[in-house]
Amino acid sequence: MMKSSIILFIIYFIIWTLLGFSFDLQHILIGIMVALFVVFLTGDLFTLRPSHFGRVTRYLWFCYYVPVFIWECIKANVDVALRVNPKLPINPGIVKVKTVLRSDTALTFLANSITLTPGTLCVDINPREGILYIHWIDVKSEDTEKATQLIVKRFEKILKRIFE
Amino acid sequence: MKIKCLSWCLGVTIISAVLLFITFYPLPSLLKWQSPFLSRCFFILMVCFAMGLVRLFLGPTAADRAIAIDTLGILIVGFCAILSVPTGRDWYIDIAIAWALQSFIGALAIAKYLEGRGFDE
Amino acid sequence: MSEVIGTIFIVVGLGFDIFGCIGLIRLPDVYNRIQATTKCVTLGTCSILFGSMVFKGFITAAGIKTFLCIIFLVLTSPVAAHAIARGARISGVKLWEKSVCDKYQQDKSL
Repeated sequence: MMKSSIILFIIYFIIWTLLGFSFDLQHILIGIMVALFVVFLTGDLFTLRPSHFGRVTRYLWFCYYVPVFIWECIKANVDVALRVNPKLPINPGIVKVKTVLRSDTALTFLANSITLTPGTLCVDINPREGILYIHWIDVKSEDTEKATQLIVKRFEKILKRIFE
Repeated sequence: MKIKCLSWCLGVTIISAVLLFITFYPLPSLLKWQSPFLSRCFFILMVCFAMGLVRLFLGPTAADRAIAIDTLGILIVGFCAILSVPTGRDWYIDIAIAWALQSFIGALAIAKYLEGRGFDE
Repeated sequence: MSEVIGTIFIVVGLGFDIFGCIGLIRLPDVYNRIQATTKCVTLGTCSILFGSMVFKGFITAAGIKTFLCIIFLVLTSPVAAHAIARGARISGVKLWEKSVCDKYQQDKSL
């Protein structure tokens, strides 16, 4: 609990410093006071396992995850822009995929990644059994295993190393 | 099928005509900006905004209107970012950050209302 | 030089915005519209913000604020789209009549 509050305080203070971007004494003092107050309000909501913040390999995998994510995002945009053409068929549907991730942060990042990649949109999550319902603009297979292979596997390996 | 192709050609004609008009006609600049190029970017974003408003009026369900309002909120962030370049005023970026967060919270509230839950669950 | 790069990013962002708004008008039902807008408009606006960041310089107050705005936008926009899609599905908006399958309906009706 104490470690989680300290990590949250550091994050709030960094965001305050970047937003203000002036390094006087009074700005920094006010920033410390505001960050302490907000930590007092929301201290135990942030993370359950603060020991994960100390591993360096997680940050390295996160640095690997960002370019992959940006590349998939650009592909998604070109894909949607091509669908303005009426000859390109769309056959939408909601499919079901399974994942092995269980923690809340990993599931949130997985849903965000799926939403910003080509042709897929996360509609609902069942976090206890790891089931995601995904609206797919061009359904290639209705089978759960094959859809999992096509949609989730790209990010699951990286996110498992970052957040689990 | 034929009607669909016809309406598609009509839409392409209208949109490309509007874009060509904005790009090549000597428009009057809105304020005392020195850059006519960014003024034209501003007009193109206004075309996007008009399309969002069309979906806001036509939308058959409440969810259509919600997603149109969310889109308009993100476009306003783009407006602020473009405005901050030629005028040289940095507080437009502050407005952009505040508007992005406020639009996110508004979208969440509308989504909770659509699900039929109370606001404090 | 930096003005040319910023101009290129702003023009690319405007193009993506226009494609997203055309998708918002053209596609047939709510979920397809959410797909079009939440991808194209988010990345288009991020590109515009990155262009204005190149105009202003990276290590200045305005540049770092713009970078934080990009991070906020990328983190919050998919969550809002996900929430609106879930709300629409629970409130009973039908899929398009030519849709292929609906596993969500099957699972919830059991």
